[in-house]
Amino acid sequence: MSASRKVLVIGGGISGISAAVEASEAGADILLVEKNPYLGGRVAQMNLYFPKLCPPACGLEINLRRFRTSPKIRYLTEAEVTSITGKPGDYHVSITQKPRLVNEKCTACGACAEACPVERPDEFNCGMAKTKAAYLPFPTAYPMRFVIDSEHCKGTECQKCVEACEYGAIDLAAGEKTIEEDVSAVIVATGWAPFQAETIENLSYSQYENVITNLQMERLAAPDGPTGGKIVTPSSQDPLESVAFVQCAGSRDENYLKHCSGVCCLASLKQARYVREQYPEAQIYIFYIDLRAPGRLEDFLADSEEDEKLELIKGKVAKIYISASESKLVVEAEDVLGGRRVQKQVDLVVLATGMVPNVPETIDQLRQDDDGFLVAEEGPSAFVAAGCVRRPVDVAECVRDATAAALKAIQWHRG
Amino acid sequence: MEQKTLSVHLCGGCEISSSIDLEALAQIPEGAECSTHPCLCNDEGVGSLKSAIKSGANALVIAACSPRYKTDEFTFDKCFVERVNLRELVAWSHEPNDEDTQMMAEDYLRMGLVRARKAELPEPFDIPIDKTILVVGAGTTGIEAATQAARAGYEVILVEKNSDAGGWRRKFSRVFPDKPPYGQLTETNLSEQIAEIEQEERITLYTSSVVAGISGQPGQFDVDIRTNGDVNRVRVGAIVQATGWEPYDANKLTHLGYTDSADVVTNVEMEEMLAENELKRPSDGKPIKTVVFVQCAGSRDKEHLPYCSTVCCRVTMKQALRARELHPDLQAVVLYKDIRTPGQYEDLYRKAQDDGGILFTKGDVQSVKNGTDGSLSVDVRDTLLGEQIRLDADLVVLATGMVPVSADGEANRRYQDAQAVIEGGSTGAKLVAAQKTVAELEPYVSESILNLDYRQGRDTPVLKHRFPDSHFICFPFESRRTGIYNAGAMRAPGDTASSRSDGAGAALKAIQTVELAAQGKAVHPRWEDMSYPDFFFQRCTQCKRCTEECPFGVLDEDEKGTPQLNPTRCRRCGICLGACPERVISFKDYSIDIVSSMIKSVEIPDEFDEKPRLLGFICENDAYPALDTAGLKRLKHSPYIRFIPVRCLGSVNIVWIADAFSRGFDGVLLVGCKSGDDYQCHFIKGSELMGTRSDNVREKLTQLALEEERVRIEELSITEYDRLPEIINSFAEEIEEIGMNPFKGF
Repeated sequence: MSASRKVLVIGGGISGISAAVEASEAGADILLVEKNPYLGGRVAQMNLYFPKLCPPACGLEINLRRFRTSPKIRYLTEAEVTSITGKPGDYHVSITQKPRLVNEKCTACGACAEACPVERPDEFNCGMAKTKAAYLPFPTAYPMRFVIDSEHCKGTECQKCVEACEYGAIDLAAGEKTIEEDVSAVIVATGWAPFQAETIENLSYSQYENVITNLQMERLAAPDGPTGGKIVTPSSQDPLESVAFVQCAGSRDENYLKHCSGVCCLASLKQARYVREQYPEAQIYIFYIDLRAPGRLEDFLADSEEDEKLELIKGKVAKIYISASESKLVVEAEDVLGGRRVQKQVDLVVLATGMVPNVPETIDQLRQDDDGFLVAEEGPSAFVAAGCVRRPVDVAECVRDATAAALKAIQWHRG
Repeated sequence: MEQKTLSVHLCGGCEISSSIDLEALAQIPEGAECSTHPCLCNDEGVGSLKSAIKSGANALVIAACSPRYKTDEFTFDKCFVERVNLRELVAWSHEPNDEDTQMMAEDYLRMGLVRARKAELPEPFDIPIDKTILVVGAGTTGIEAATQAARAGYEVILVEKNSDAGGWRRKFSRVFPDKPPYGQLTETNLSEQIAEIEQEERITLYTSSVVAGISGQPGQFDVDIRTNGDVNRVRVGAIVQATGWEPYDANKLTHLGYTDSADVVTNVEMEEMLAENELKRPSDGKPIKTVVFVQCAGSRDKEHLPYCSTVCCRVTMKQALRARELHPDLQAVVLYKDIRTPGQYEDLYRKAQDDGGILFTKGDVQSVKNGTDGSLSVDVRDTLLGEQIRLDADLVVLATGMVPVSADGEANRRYQDAQAVIEGGSTGAKLVAAQKTVAELEPYVSESILNLDYRQGRDTPVLKHRFPDSHFICFPFESRRTGIYNAGAMRAPGDTASSRSDGAGAALKAIQTVELAAQGKAVHPRWEDMSYPDFFFQRCTQCKRCTEECPFGVLDEDEKGTPQLNPTRCRRCGICLGACPERVISFKDYSIDIVSSMIKSVEIPDEFDEKPRLLGFICENDAYPALDTAGLKRLKHSPYIRFIPVRCLGSVNIVWIADAFSRGFDGVLLVGCKSGDDYQCHFIKGSELMGTRSDNVREKLTQLALEEERVRIEELSITEYDRLPEIINSFAEEIEEIGMNPFKGF
């Protein structure tokens, strides 16, 4: 059927990594294209998974071991697909790759970062920390190789990293590369981006430093995060006495995201556990519309309900403001079961913002539904969407979807 | 075995040469060539390795960074490579140019040399592999698994117990959509899908059939299919179990009136009524004006089904919308705990909310009783409409949940074993224990579905609530019976879309099993490993520890109780090797002898040198990477410890611990993954088994008048790299307090 036995996987998050590993183990060759300088995507930013409260790095280690050792898997970081032409079973792909400015000779010794005089905002930590312009994205990053951020690097006039590197691994003059490949099928696993919390006017995200998103909360709790895993108020690094989680922040709302992201309820219940672990006495509120804990995740909700200092309030949050007397945040909501308006004073507000699908704009073949997610084709297709770009789902569901996508992709190899 | 020609290469890069005396280190390898390079991973360095191979070396010892890095550079075809981690484990985590650091580097090199000399490159087994895929159950999931596997070129045998394929969807007149527009009900499309499986020549469908027996192993399963009394034997390579679900028994929901009124029906019965395209009161055939839907009927309820079946909210919306299509005057009320319409299905909820004839309210249904004029009366508490309300209804639909059609292989086996003990006439404590087991397992016992001829039970083990779900978030298809994958609603409750992707995914896992087995390779997580356990049967005492402890049911027993290896079932974790008290099990590159020799290669300083020696067995999957990260962060740990990475903590044989103490080590630290309900062990039971074994070890230590604190077991996750040096240091301090091993020097 096809000359090439290669599957292109776009996106190196949990769905793309899983699709690549699963398809390769069934015999396919893989080219994976990732836009970040590291693999792992959003899950690399997570502290722990629900419901087991285990670290994503554990599963990534097993999967990335395949990336290290399998001759069937090739990947490109800081790369994006610019066009795909051809027909099912026989596609031609053009990819551009940004210069990393650090080549494969890098040993991750760290001398470049030590020598580098410039800082950049650390987007991996949601801007809550800084790195040098020469940096390792995080301590367990794959590939284990430093990156130089060309936007912040002073370039050839500085050269401090070049002088510090004993291995000739830095090439500040490296340019963008174009890569052309033939593939038989394409798995689109480009994942999601958090909904822009600043657009939700009543939730005051851009006004108060102590109103954060659920993704920021993951970084605050993570051992490789900006606080080394200590959950404190961003404004003054104070310990917490009370926290409020605002569910459906922008979700299930026709003004913002009309869909439900499917994972935010469990994410907040999980983050409430992070808080409880560090602050046994803290008062926690979760404001919700419906609590959604499908399948046996219900067990996690049932266990959370045992926590006497965790109050689940059914009601949409109307506004968030600073109390006049104290310097605490006030979350005001309609408690629909109690039939009254409630105000809760807290130290930290976590907005459970939803998932917006990341759809690559350069690929013409993709069809989106009215929430922006990719639509799966009926019948055999050589363009297969997998994971959160297709449906907002949790990690296990992404992996299942990616495994199914792998089978659909290798069908173009038969014969 | 080919003669080993060793070539040893020391890297000086990344602070190694500035903290370790490489010249002195180069004196350690005796009888092997040893060279030093400023940076082994650059072109010149790799070139020197290649020329060593060219000159006849077939085993390289590369003392440089962690084996987790620079794998491309340091992998060579048909050449054994032993990586000695001088960078993360020594140079980056210890005082430079210190006597203790140097001793540590030398010991690690000695251990690497021993392993390189003793370990052999594994050779794959070579057995004929059949690549046919068996799919059990031809509902939504099974049809998808069969269709997708066939499209990929594989022969499929599809077994269905009913007279027709299609499963529950045969009953449905409408389904909620699995593609946009999500607010619009659609037809089932079942006939097209059934047509494909009937026309596809790669698929053989057996209807009115069950699996009467399965013996063998992946690539060589012999399956007996029973069709109306006739048995057909077929050979397959791997299995997808997609046996689906059945509705929760509404007779158990006494407070909801199901047993008292014909007008209280389940959601499945409602499907049947809707398929008639006309709704009538079941009791008297009168028209229906009001329908009350009771959500979570028995679900999210510790007395019945503690879990959420995920689909019932959408099923109710579908049924309410369809009922209103058929009878525009009909009013529907939906009583819910929480509405659960994930993802784009919010559109379906919005569609139902926008329908003026459908009212949603949260509420706790107290009772459904016969009311006046033949109607029903529903009492509800804590609603959005008031604290206590009463609704009249012509029809009450109970949204009952999904119960998996599964069998708990392990529970059944333990039950039968206990029954055999009772029937065998045992007395005393043995009888009491067996009676207790029988009583405990009674509710979990059921008829077998797969009828596997496996020592550890005739079906796959289940996890929770009877679902044989994987307990791995990252590896949801993970199965404890290699080559047998559970999919669809029997694995976890789900809708059509998720069942279909589940079916396809499970089919891919089945395909991987046969493809890798055909190459003599393991599946996840030791993917592509070609080593497998070798038994020295002359010394086997039939103690059955290996057959009991293997988490994957690899080993069967003959009549005498001698283990029978099924290599394609094996996951190569080494837990059998760890279990065996007679040390009869070994892998080509991982054995009692190899590790014992590594332990013995460590130089133990004299008691009066006041330099204790600690041995660390560390799980290579999680704890070892954490040790690397600690090194990367330049966190210091005690220079007295020597680590040996192990396939799984469960593969640690206690003879190694005994060896360590008789050699003169002062303490043994075992670092593995989390055990218990939320285990993180990739081999499920490894760290738990080590916990039990180390209890026995401690007992033995006490018998030898050694302090039991000399053995410590720690559970660590991969991200606890800050805690690992603390663990090591506190253990070192404790051992220093206890004092030196009195057996040192004997």
